[in-house]
Amino acid sequence: MSRLSTGGLIDRTRPLKFTFDGKQYSGFEGDTLAAALLANEVRLVARSFKYHRPRGILTAGTEEPNALVTLREGARAEPNSKATAVPLYDGLVASSQNRWPSLGFDLLALNQLASPIFVAGFYYKTFMRPAALWEKLYEPLIRRAAGLGALSGLPDPDSYDRKHAFCDLLVIGAGPSGLAAALTAGRSGLRVILADDDMAMGGHLLKERSEIAGAAGADWAAGVVEELASYPNVTLLPRTGVFGVYDGHEYGAVERVSDHLPEPLPGQPRQRFWKIVARHALLASGAIERPLIFPGNDRPGVMMASAVSAYLNRFAVAPGKKAAIFTSCDTGWQTALDLQAAGIGVAAVVDTRAQMPALADRLDLSDCVVALQGAIVDIKGSKSVKGATIRDGSGKETSVVCDLVAMSGGWNPAIGLGSNFGNRPVWSEELNAFLLDKAPPGFSPVGSAAGRMSLTSALGDGIRAATEVVQQLGKSPAEMAIADVAETGGTSENMLWVPSGIEGKAFVDFQNDVTASDIKLAASEGFVSIEHLKRYTTMGMATDQGKLSQLNGHGLLAEETKKTIAEAGTIMSRPPYTPIALGVIAGHHRGEHFRPVRHTASHDWAAENGAAFVDVGQWKRAQWFVQPGETEWRTSVDREVKATRGGVGICDVSTLGKIDVLGPDAATLLDRLYANMFSTLPVGRARYGLMLREDGFVMDDGTATRFAEDRYYVTTTTANAARVMQHIDFARQVIWPELDVQATSVTEQWATYSIAGPQSRAVLQALLPDIDLTNEAFKFMAAGEYRWRGTKIRLFRVSFSGELAYEISIGANRGRQLLEAIMEAGAPFGIVPYGTEALGVMRIEKGHPAGNEMNGQTTAGDLGMGRMLSTKKDFIGRAMAQRPGLTDPGRMSLVGLKPIDPAATLRAGAHLLAKGAEPKAANVQGRVTSAAFSPTLGYSIALALVTGGQERIGEEMLLNDIVRATDVPVEICDAVFVDPAGERLRG
Amino acid sequence: MRIPCPYCGDRDSQEFVYRGDASPVRPADPAEETEFFDYVYLRENPAGPIDELWYHAQGCRNWITLTRDTRDHAISAARLTSEGKSA
Ligand SMILES: [Zn+2]
Repeated sequence: MSRLSTGGLIDRTRPLKFTFDGKQYSGFEGDTLAAALLANEVRLVARSFKYHRPRGILTAGTEEPNALVTLREGARAEPNSKATAVPLYDGLVASSQNRWPSLGFDLLALNQLASPIFVAGFYYKTFMRPAALWEKLYEPLIRRAAGLGALSGLPDPDSYDRKHAFCDLLVIGAGPSGLAAALTAGRSGLRVILADDDMAMGGHLLKERSEIAGAAGADWAAGVVEELASYPNVTLLPRTGVFGVYDGHEYGAVERVSDHLPEPLPGQPRQRFWKIVARHALLASGAIERPLIFPGNDRPGVMMASAVSAYLNRFAVAPGKKAAIFTSCDTGWQTALDLQAAGIGVAAVVDTRAQMPALADRLDLSDCVVALQGAIVDIKGSKSVKGATIRDGSGKETSVVCDLVAMSGGWNPAIGLGSNFGNRPVWSEELNAFLLDKAPPGFSPVGSAAGRMSLTSALGDGIRAATEVVQQLGKSPAEMAIADVAETGGTSENMLWVPSGIEGKAFVDFQNDVTASDIKLAASEGFVSIEHLKRYTTMGMATDQGKLSQLNGHGLLAEETKKTIAEAGTIMSRPPYTPIALGVIAGHHRGEHFRPVRHTASHDWAAENGAAFVDVGQWKRAQWFVQPGETEWRTSVDREVKATRGGVGICDVSTLGKIDVLGPDAATLLDRLYANMFSTLPVGRARYGLMLREDGFVMDDGTATRFAEDRYYVTTTTANAARVMQHIDFARQVIWPELDVQATSVTEQWATYSIAGPQSRAVLQALLPDIDLTNEAFKFMAAGEYRWRGTKIRLFRVSFSGELAYEISIGANRGRQLLEAIMEAGAPFGIVPYGTEALGVMRIEKGHPAGNEMNGQTTAGDLGMGRMLSTKKDFIGRAMAQRPGLTDPGRMSLVGLKPIDPAATLRAGAHLLAKGAEPKAANVQGRVTSAAFSPTLGYSIALALVTGGQERIGEEMLLNDIVRATDVPVEICDAVFVDPAGERLRG
Repeated sequence: MRIPCPYCGDRDSQEFVYRGDASPVRPADPAEETEFFDYVYLRENPAGPIDELWYHAQGCRNWITLTRDTRDHAISAARLTSEGKSA
């Protein structure tokens, strides 16, 4: 064990058991998986992406590129989990990835020997030819050899929540500047949300030894968090990563509600998606330490200096027994102090700079090699560090024995989120790092994310920034003072050190296995733009988006191309800042909750009476009603059609769109909306209407009924209900706002039933004995408002089936009651319920165009309704419908088809060919839009759009169905198959 | 993204239906076919501020004219379309 006997922010009274690659270990509450693995001296935790190099733990945060493991098992297995960000829990199970047969002995590490073919751009070079082999051979080979973890392939057993939140100030990151800002804003009464990726708030205060106002930094942080938690206006979100900045001051964040538990508590989601709207946001994301580029810098045991300090100070874990430090700034010296304070020997401190910092005075250098203007040029050991070779300023090489190398190449402000908006960061000569020059509206970086690296300046910056926000929002800021900051770190120049003359594999991008020589190769091949370099070498394209690698790579490129870094520039990052699960984006919208389901008022009645339902948009509609003994859907549908045409049937048509149009100009508006005339419609009458789009094509059809001079009731098809509502609002608000007319959707307010068949009048008369329904009193297309059992109803004599038929509407809450009463009144007449399939069969028998025919590409003329276009008035689509292309007599238009052989089946989608024509696209003269078996006629019938249309009635053609490989000879006929004179519906 | 509905206040853009350029004005019929052609098919596509139509479908059902900068999506004005053109 390498757990220190004292210190740390772990709870030693709560030991936790866990398993890695099948072996049992134990850690403490407060550990991350990485800390617990190090405490158990597990150093080799992963194999790299391309070369299968042994890899250890590099960092102590979410920027980790190496220590990716598969967390949990079975359906909950989550690949590529960063061990450095996974909170330890009792019973945790993790396993390593990308190795075979085992982590210690990985046969695919042979890739290293083949590394010359895996160099930059290898995808483009090595596997170029022959192209035919790519899919069969090369790609599977690469996919097997290179990669990370695999998905479980099982359905996700967890649920995900979504929450929308609004605040005055969103603080991203709870380090020194974030805490100071949140405290200032919280005390000033702002609505504050403080989000931090980590399980504990405090950021670097948890990892460094510092003192604020007489308390240890970590204790000060805990005190601030406690105070913030007491404010009702402050929301604390630990374990929450803000992953993106969006338009309109919106932020996306994922709260890992249950990921620190073996599985979510009952009723709890695994994660919660937060959509946060913030008047202002402060990016207090801190800074990320830069690695140094030297051969063997990826060996297990080489770590970021700040990570070594974090493991010592926060987790009381010694990541090694003897350390060498390689640094280009003061951070490495600080880590040396932390190591010595924990009783761990420092074998060497190598600084790229010429002078020792003041900090060095506090170090015991008695048994320590110090090399200035030096570099580590080699690492001994493969699966763990065994020693390092140091070259000093004079070129002299010394070897030291060590099992830990702590490196620090300076710090990069963590500004990724701020570049989401297409803001390319700019190089700061002063800081030697990229900073945000421009930020998204209402968003600003603070603390070290803004280049204010010292603890004192970060705290001050947080207070300053929050105070400004408070003032901007017109409130008075609380007085803030944070006295007596003692920092052991101090500030130093943040120089960028780029090595020259490297031999061996020195990694720039650890996760994608991109080395310094890859960058040089890319530069020599002409890939000198930052964006080209990125794509050619894949540097920065791994899941960490190059948080560690980017700047070093750009430094190398600048060196190669003799440019400055400022000239070379840097890339922008895009959401998500850290990877997020797809499940959390989907949230509750999966399975049956994928979209809302709409039920009509008598849905339950239909279900109780054998209905098979079909999805029509969001609606569930009864497709047919299965009677005892019926095993084939066609049996049910044929029976329903015959019963309706021979007696009476009832169908729930409540899903049709319904719109009330009211006002003095209602008639004028409808005249302009419909192609035909509605101002002439008498009160108490309904009329079929056709709507065009402004481009002249058919949009929708339905009926409009006039209940009073200034009151119309419009119906639309089920599919177009929302679209027509929008269209009407567009017409009355945008095109003709001067019209005094209102429109409102009443689709959900009315339940509507169609009663059709020769016996429909008798049924209705039995239901409504007080209303005179004789043909003389209530003609075809008559309509009126009446009462049934005291409740208002609307009655229409309209027909879709071609039979004598009525539609009756009642308030939706009484829909089922009305339906049951009609069934009771209709029982003596043998009434049957029928579904959408029978409805469809009857409308095809009558040649009524529906959605299949009104497909957005057909004109009124195409559908045989050209004469409906009024010439007496302006209406939407009038002018464009007259274009030659839309009135060409050669256009395909609506006809009926019947098979020459009555036993043959016609199918929708099949193409029409002239007899004897070769079946190819150029010869297609039409296609079937709707087809059905007609129980009335006893054979299959279809509606089709055919070139020349009506002119060709009587012609024999071939119906060619390539998909189903059938050819059916057919005869073109009139589209109206049943009762062409329309006598039934008027009788 | 947030849309400032003049009737409802700031609302999530998911509540709205986007239509596009608000500048085409429907020609008074009778008009030349070319005028209707322009109205139906031709749209400006500027890099910069543009007046455009949004429909608050899941809210007040008002058509709204927004002035939005296509380069950064900044919305500088919003009004009910039925209340006429802005100055
Ligand atoms: Zn609104």
